[in-house]
Amino acid sequence: MRLFQYERAATPEAAVADCLAEDARFIAGGTNLLDLMKLQIETPAKLVDISRLDLGAIEEAEDGGLLIGALVPNSDLAADPRIVARYEVLARALLAGASGQLRNKATTGGNLLQRTRCYYFYDRHTPCNKREPGSGCSAIGGENRILAVLGTSEHCIATHPSDMAVAMRALDATVVTLKRDGDRRRIPLGDFYRLPGDTPQIETVLEPGELITHVALPPAVDGARHVYRKVRDRASYAFALVSVAGVVRMDQGRIAAAQLAFGGLAPMPWRNAEVEAALVGQEPSPALFERAADILLADARGQGSNDFKIPLARRTLAATLRELTEAR
Amino acid sequence: MMFGFGEDNVTLTMDKPQPVSRLDTTVQGLVGTGVERVDGPAKVSGRATYAAEYRIDDVAYGVLVGAGIGKGKVVSIDADAVKSLPGVIDVVTDYDTFIRVSQQGGETEAPTQGVRDVEYFGEIVAIVLGETYEAARDAALRLPIDYETEEGVFAFSMEAERDGDLPPNNTPAQSAQGDVEAAMAKAAVTIDATYTTPSQNSAAMEPHASLAMWGEDGSLTLYGAYQMPTSDAQQLADALGLSKSKVRIVSRYIGGGFGSKLGIAPESVAAAVAAKRLGRPVKAVMMRQQVFDATVRRSNTSQRMRLAATADGRLTAIGHETTASNLSTEDYFEPAGISTHFLYAGENRLISHDLVRVNWLLSGSMRAPGEAVGLLGLECAMDELAEALALDPIELRIRNDPGRDPEKDVPFSSRALKEALRHGADHFGWDRRQAAGTRREGDWLVGMGVASAARANILMKGSAKVALDPDGTATVTSAMTDIGTGSYTILAQIAADMLGLPLDRVRVELGDTNHVPSGGSGGSWGAASSGSAVYLAAQALRAKLAKAMGVEEEELTLKDGQAIGANRQVALAELLDGKPIEAVGTIDKGAQEKLTTQASYGAHFAEVAVDVVTGEVRVRRMLGVFAAGRILNQQTARSQCLGGMTFGIGGALHEELMHDARTGKLVNRDLAEYHVPVNADVPDLEVIFLPERDIHANPIHAKGIGELGICGAGAAVANAIYNATGVRIRDFPITLDKLLPHLPAM
Repeated sequence: MRLFQYERAATPEAAVADCLAEDARFIAGGTNLLDLMKLQIETPAKLVDISRLDLGAIEEAEDGGLLIGALVPNSDLAADPRIVARYEVLARALLAGASGQLRNKATTGGNLLQRTRCYYFYDRHTPCNKREPGSGCSAIGGENRILAVLGTSEHCIATHPSDMAVAMRALDATVVTLKRDGDRRRIPLGDFYRLPGDTPQIETVLEPGELITHVALPPAVDGARHVYRKVRDRASYAFALVSVAGVVRMDQGRIAAAQLAFGGLAPMPWRNAEVEAALVGQEPSPALFERAADILLADARGQGSNDFKIPLARRTLAATLRELTEAR
Repeated sequence: MMFGFGEDNVTLTMDKPQPVSRLDTTVQGLVGTGVERVDGPAKVSGRATYAAEYRIDDVAYGVLVGAGIGKGKVVSIDADAVKSLPGVIDVVTDYDTFIRVSQQGGETEAPTQGVRDVEYFGEIVAIVLGETYEAARDAALRLPIDYETEEGVFAFSMEAERDGDLPPNNTPAQSAQGDVEAAMAKAAVTIDATYTTPSQNSAAMEPHASLAMWGEDGSLTLYGAYQMPTSDAQQLADALGLSKSKVRIVSRYIGGGFGSKLGIAPESVAAAVAAKRLGRPVKAVMMRQQVFDATVRRSNTSQRMRLAATADGRLTAIGHETTASNLSTEDYFEPAGISTHFLYAGENRLISHDLVRVNWLLSGSMRAPGEAVGLLGLECAMDELAEALALDPIELRIRNDPGRDPEKDVPFSSRALKEALRHGADHFGWDRRQAAGTRREGDWLVGMGVASAARANILMKGSAKVALDPDGTATVTSAMTDIGTGSYTILAQIAADMLGLPLDRVRVELGDTNHVPSGGSGGSWGAASSGSAVYLAAQALRAKLAKAMGVEEEELTLKDGQAIGANRQVALAELLDGKPIEAVGTIDKGAQEKLTTQASYGAHFAEVAVDVVTGEVRVRRMLGVFAAGRILNQQTARSQCLGGMTFGIGGALHEELMHDARTGKLVNRDLAEYHVPVNADVPDLEVIFLPERDIHANPIHAKGIGELGICGAGAAVANAIYNATGVRIRDFPITLDKLLPHLPAM
């Protein structure tokens, strides 16, 4: 039997101290980690249970934003009246993910750290650079319908599966952490994930033992419209083939502000400042949306069975921008 | 008639029609209503014990190990590398005895044995035993195995050599009448189109599980999740070299089978061999991934459909040529043309099946083998023909409804296809259907589709014993199974009506080969076959009671535990005078199945919406109108149809096993990535039953219903997608990437 140590941390500081070893993992909802442990894709020597830490609150931040505790369950976050009123895109993204049961268990911090759903990552009989660095990527040249077209490398084409993180990326969220030396870090979500390059096994900038304690949302954009559009193979309980999180503010018929992030396309929630820059100050039109899609997908590269994601992303972006900008 | 009244054993062979069914005159009033499942409370409270749940002392936990190559040989298994791990008892393999594949349903011999040769990725080659499941699983995941790999065929290709000389599989592999080529050449309108469907998995909720225990007398008891325990015990005995009397299978509750549990699966023999070796009970439950890798799949198919018609829509030719796939050692072919033989008129007919040999896991029966995918081909082609003829697709079907079997010179036993189509059209609002690609609501393209449903009716030999106790309670026993369908309930209803007892005075005990033998559940034969056996046994008891009352059996009224006849009312308890009576009823197929063509029929209607931006398909509503003889229980029959229609949505839109063309390995081998419809994909489904009796089928006048709901359901969805978009996708499932290139520009 794969034995592992189990510690229940009493405070964040104790949790970080408990999680010193390289092969220790924090566990909260366990909705992903336990599955991976059963298949021995993750084989931690120690689990530090953080589920009883006092990190379950959603608080108003001094800057007018919100500070979300890392242990807030996805269900609670989606239902919070402040989230619904001010960050609607986040509530919608959360509700588009997983199932009611999973959302009840899954936490805010854990959601950010989900592993990919690449078929080959889950199958120990096949090479996978993320699971076993240097063994090769089975998805390239294999079945890759659900995998990435942007930000990939020759070593890995996995996608990040989270919906929540896509909305948070559009909202310019910041991850707040506690390091083992007691320092706190504030890491913008845009800097939080790493592209695979030649180390696809390293997915974030977190240091070993570094604990996510909160996610901070900046003040909401006044008067903005929010849309989360998730395209998937069935109506629920499926990961995004393409998703778009959009927050757009209009002013006198022109796009005054635009924040757009994409899921299902890349190894991380994807955002491209040039796409937004091309939109701001412009009157919405199909041609403008096409231009935005051209910029977004300039470097997109299909791998065969996921080629369709490129036209799908183009169409979904256009439809989402139409919804975000059309007069009501 | 071969009723031996007064005898304890009654057999009816269906050589002659049975115009009179006592169920039409009994007065207890349970059959035909929607009484709730008698096993429902046990299931929802956890008291229904499934195979893996029996608490047995000293049990060892077995975890199966699948081969890590797609074709080759096992050179060695390094058991020593894991045996010293804590909690690990042993690693067991038996290269000769382990079964390489599952057995098909109803066979009485073991399937292909021997696992030294690896014929597909994941073939079960060993079982690791542990004191805990976790210890065994860990060792199974770490077990080093040396292989010699060989070249395999890992991709399906229509260019490959095909094997067409195959034994029949409920339908002949090859059949021809007239000249389809010639008819095509001179027809006013023709369709020649190829439809493809992918491999699928039954994905039953309960994984395959066996708990094996040897007795001191060398007998084996196996708690297993099996649909047909009587023949499964014979298969298992043959695999282990035992006499069949030495093997007992217990399958009291089964968490869905859908064909995948018709025959024994590899975990059964592995558990039995390991239990013998260890001298203690062994429980082996497949991991979900192993259910995908190493049980059975529905074959992928390529179906060439040819239809020829006159300008007024009379079919002159039907061609349905199916290519499926299987392992080189297995002859089972997906019988996709099975209902094409009798569904429509047409003088010239060619219905054929052949196989491409691949190193993929076994293909075999999955819910409605044949029709489930065969009607995707036939019923979509009929839709294409209707479009080409500018004829309403319902009218086309009605015009080609044959009065008699179009291939054999025999009548249909009962057939309400036209009635189902007409009734459904009225109820669904078919007259509001618009021309293809013309109905748009915002970003949704909306359309309606129709398809015929047909499922060949099968009677399986089987028995049931009914005992009436002096306290006025009855007990029904049989090796029949309830795989979630409602067998416990309908058998209780039949016995209760026949014996005039309230439902709670009847106990039903199933799923044990210690009971009288049964054909079990599968092929939609379960309810009618085992129901007939119960009926016959109960009728024999009625005869005894009538004799005791001094009246003829048909003059006896039984109600609420009272016998009424000859102006007398006597409590059953009194009539029995302290002595129990019992009888065994046996039904068997006879000449009627040759003298008539027997099938259940229906019509599916679907309304779908297709997102014009993304190609996402959402089914808005569906209606199924079915006629399947006597409906024994409105509620459980309806549930079967709802499940079938849901399965149909999956076949049209979601289900697809992906085989990696480099290794033959299944890629999407869990329920996250092997998509079946979830609640959000299934709208309000409506089911209507048309009243019908079939006197040629059996003495209770019921036909099969379990699989009728899936037959044609997917085609109705696919035809609705065409009507919505004007785009015909012939490659199933119809996922959004296939529609996307054909959708209007943004």
